[in-house]
Amino acid sequence: MVCEMETDQIEEMDVEVLSSMWPEDVGTEADKQFNVEKPAGDLDTLKEVTIETRTIADMTRLPNLLNSTHQGSSQLTNLVKQWEYMQDNAVRLLKEELKNLDRQREEAEAKELKIIEEYKFESNEPENVPVLDETSDLFRRFRQKKRDALVDSKKIEIYEEFDTVAYWKQKALSLEKMLEASTERERRLMEKLSESLKTMESQSAPVQELTQNLKRAEGFLHFILQNAPIVMGHQDKDLRYLFIYNKYPSLREQDILGKTDVEIFHGGGVKESEDFKREVLEKGKASKREITFTTDLFGSKTFLIYVEPVYNKAGEKIGINYMGMEVTDQVVKREKMAKLREDNAVRKAMESELNKTIHITEETMRAKQMLATMSHEIRSPLSGVVGMAEILSTTKLDKEQRQLLNVMISSGDLVLQLINDILDLSKVESGVMRLEATKFRPREVVKHVLQTAAASLKKSLTLEGNIADDVPIEVVGDVLRIRQILTNLISNAIKFTHEGNVGIKLQVISEPSFVRDNALNADTEEHEQNGLTETSVWICCDVWDTGIGIPENALPCLFKKYMQASADHARKYGGTGLGLAICKQLVELMGGQLTVTSRVSEGSTFTFILPYKVGRSDDYSDDQDEFSDMADQQSEPDDTAEGYFQFKPLLGSIYSNGGPGISNDFLPHKVMLTSPIKLINGFVADPSNNTGQSEMLQLENGGYMDESKLETSSGHCPESAHQYENGNGRCFSKESESCSSSQASSEGGTLEMESELTVSSHREEEKAETEVKETSKPKILLVEDNKINIMVAKSMMKQLGHTMDIANNGVEAITAINSSSYDLVLMDVCMPVLDGLKATRLIRSYEETGNWNAAIEAGVDISTSENEQVCMRPTNRLPIIAMTANTLAESSEECYANGMDSFISKPVTLQKLRECLQQYLH
Amino acid sequence: MLGLGVDRLQADINRLLASLFHQGVLDEQFLQLQQLQDETSPNFVYDVINIYFDESEKLLRNLRLLLMDREFSDYKKIGLHLNQLVGSSSSIGARRVRNVCVAFRSASELSNRPGCLRGLEVVEHEYHYLKNMMHELFQLEQQRILAAGVRYPM
Repeated sequence: MVCEMETDQIEEMDVEVLSSMWPEDVGTEADKQFNVEKPAGDLDTLKEVTIETRTIADMTRLPNLLNSTHQGSSQLTNLVKQWEYMQDNAVRLLKEELKNLDRQREEAEAKELKIIEEYKFESNEPENVPVLDETSDLFRRFRQKKRDALVDSKKIEIYEEFDTVAYWKQKALSLEKMLEASTERERRLMEKLSESLKTMESQSAPVQELTQNLKRAEGFLHFILQNAPIVMGHQDKDLRYLFIYNKYPSLREQDILGKTDVEIFHGGGVKESEDFKREVLEKGKASKREITFTTDLFGSKTFLIYVEPVYNKAGEKIGINYMGMEVTDQVVKREKMAKLREDNAVRKAMESELNKTIHITEETMRAKQMLATMSHEIRSPLSGVVGMAEILSTTKLDKEQRQLLNVMISSGDLVLQLINDILDLSKVESGVMRLEATKFRPREVVKHVLQTAAASLKKSLTLEGNIADDVPIEVVGDVLRIRQILTNLISNAIKFTHEGNVGIKLQVISEPSFVRDNALNADTEEHEQNGLTETSVWICCDVWDTGIGIPENALPCLFKKYMQASADHARKYGGTGLGLAICKQLVELMGGQLTVTSRVSEGSTFTFILPYKVGRSDDYSDDQDEFSDMADQQSEPDDTAEGYFQFKPLLGSIYSNGGPGISNDFLPHKVMLTSPIKLINGFVADPSNNTGQSEMLQLENGGYMDESKLETSSGHCPESAHQYENGNGRCFSKESESCSSSQASSEGGTLEMESELTVSSHREEEKAETEVKETSKPKILLVEDNKINIMVAKSMMKQLGHTMDIANNGVEAITAINSSSYDLVLMDVCMPVLDGLKATRLIRSYEETGNWNAAIEAGVDISTSENEQVCMRPTNRLPIIAMTANTLAESSEECYANGMDSFISKPVTLQKLRECLQQYLH
Repeated sequence: MLGLGVDRLQADINRLLASLFHQGVLDEQFLQLQQLQDETSPNFVYDVINIYFDESEKLLRNLRLLLMDREFSDYKKIGLHLNQLVGSSSSIGARRVRNVCVAFRSASELSNRPGCLRGLEVVEHEYHYLKNMMHELFQLEQQRILAAGVRYPM
């Protein structure tokens, strides 16, 4: 029993020692990593594990290496120390054991002695009592006595035999046996002790122990590293492999050992790893690095490589230890993660950007909605003002009043225009603004802008226009925007100039550099433009002044919205601060550039360069000839090529022209300025320009001769009443007729090109007594007393493309027919004063007799009958159509009986009217 | 105010017109008027109807004065007024007013004074009904134009 315990103890002890020492075996680092609690238990499992040998080592050199390097020797030292320690422990334990045993033996002996002593006097064996012979009797007696006293009560048989020799013999014998057994046991223990000492000695032979330990270490390593994707190796200082452990050996021993990386592998990363190892070797400092290999052998893989230098005992570098772990998947994952993170960040940034944009867009939308609503609100009353002013301009006004009115209208127009422009600005910003390409004359635009500016000038400034000779007479561009830019810049200049000059200078320049830089980008656009017109020209426009100038630090924010050079300026000069921003955006939208140069208290110059298309010369040469012809006819100076204008404010007078040479011509025509007629078509190229021109051409083809051109040019812009006269004043005697025609046409509320021309042509006809009737519109007379019916009928006629004169009763109808020739009469039957039937009868009688006697008899006063009778053509039967209400009194028979040609039943509809006109007008 | 109710207003207008046509207050002639309205005369219908009301108001006042006169006998004058009223009513397509006017006129032709008075009552009633309806219509129309006039630059 004791023995077993002892062996157990030894075993345990053994294990303890092992467990503590064995990590040291594995290596300094593994020390902490491998927390091996019970390798003893693992021993069995390790045995079961089949361990393939993947280690390829140069067996001859490895021991050398182990002996020569610090690592190697330290390991051996460790092993020895550990063994020694173990032995010490064993010895100590054995000694303890020995001590134990000795003590046990002593105890046993003492016990024996005691027993012997106890039983001595009872035994009669002489050999046992020789020493106590003298006392034996006494002893015996004492024993007997004692026995008497003790045994008597208990065992009777024994008591009976107590005194017998047999009993004592037996007793002695048994005691002897016990003694023998004890001695035997002692001997056995001694044997066992020596045996155990022997086995212990044999077991703990150092080499065996070491080998075992090594085996365990190796086994453990194998167990751990079995599936680890790790390559370990040692390379000498020439980086030749001396040892390598590889999980997936794909090369044989001879392929690796004694060779360098470069010799073994080929491909990407090999050189790098080689260099890295070399670097570590040189620096003598262990380090790690990730290297991606791309070799034929194992494809593209990333390894995390740990390289540490190895020193020999003398401290010299003799090579490196190398450990590589394949981390391709990790690298891929890491990269993916990084990418994801990056994407995430980008997305987040985008999201926030988007949110910002949405916010801004919402704000902008709201602002635009407000702007739109506001502009609408402002526009409506303003158009009321302008409209009223226009109506006022058709009434009789004296010169002064008309001038004032014209300024009022033009200012109102400008405000309307500006409101539109604010809307435009938001359009430009949102990129939906469309530019219109219209033909216009830069000189006239400049002139007009200056004139307008001069009109509202309250300072003694001289406005100058200077246009270089090479600037084309006509160019194509968005004249409204250009005018707006000019107006803006000029009014700005005037605002900040207290004395001196303000001017506009136009000159043709070569294609600016910024365009050439962008030429590639804009190439396609250019081509499109080139497809429309042959050439384009760059015109540089300077708007200069001798004003207060702009400090340099204010220049950058000059073109920003709602920004002014300084708060003081804003207070002093007012304004929204929107003007320059609009200008800049417009210029840029048109493909140009707006720049500014300025010096404080010397003046500023705003320069914008814009491309304009130049129409083909034959495109407008005819037009041009006409104008020059006309100018010759009127012996007026042709100012289409005039390159210099000057305007000085004349207090009290709205318009001024201080230009040398033209002032004399100009002043007499100032009367003409009051005329609501605008003579020059290119002057203000409003959107209706194109249509106006086409109509003009069409009419010219229709047979209008020289005079008609004047008419058409006057009719060219129906709303011309408020336009400025251009200054050279094509004045002629028919002015008043044109004027009245315009008035007549504006009477109807809307101005109709045809009507105007009809009326004026009729007047022409009257004046010149020439027959141009076939080209004019048919003349229709409506005789009707009911206002409503008149309105409706008139409106219907308008839709059918006709206008008509109105007579309110039969008498008026007769008067009208007498004074003018009509192609058709629409006659209401039931009318006060003279009803339709009677009137028709009278007209028919006039046609038959050639005089109005019947009418005069009937009481109709025909004042001009004597004069006009000649003009009538009694042979022509005038178609008279009755308009009946289908009542009993207005039967169709009665109509026919009274000389009417047809009848329309009331209420009149468009369809009925159209049919009727188709039937009677050819 | 922000141009969001254009469709709803147009629907209301159409509904009102439909009911007026259904009741016979208006007829096709009113559509003729609407056809005549274009961008050159954007307020044509409104103008015409307004003038119609002005004129009719006068005529009705005159008619009432004439009929209130105890010594009244000028049925011819009543006829002339009624002719005017019939003419303009049919011109704008105010069918019911026209019809009651025609009835009124036949009563006047027969010199039927009680008939005339009853006719006047009916005409006035119809006239005011029409006026109310038109007023409502134009209000709707005005709102619609305002709403449609709101433009948002994009």
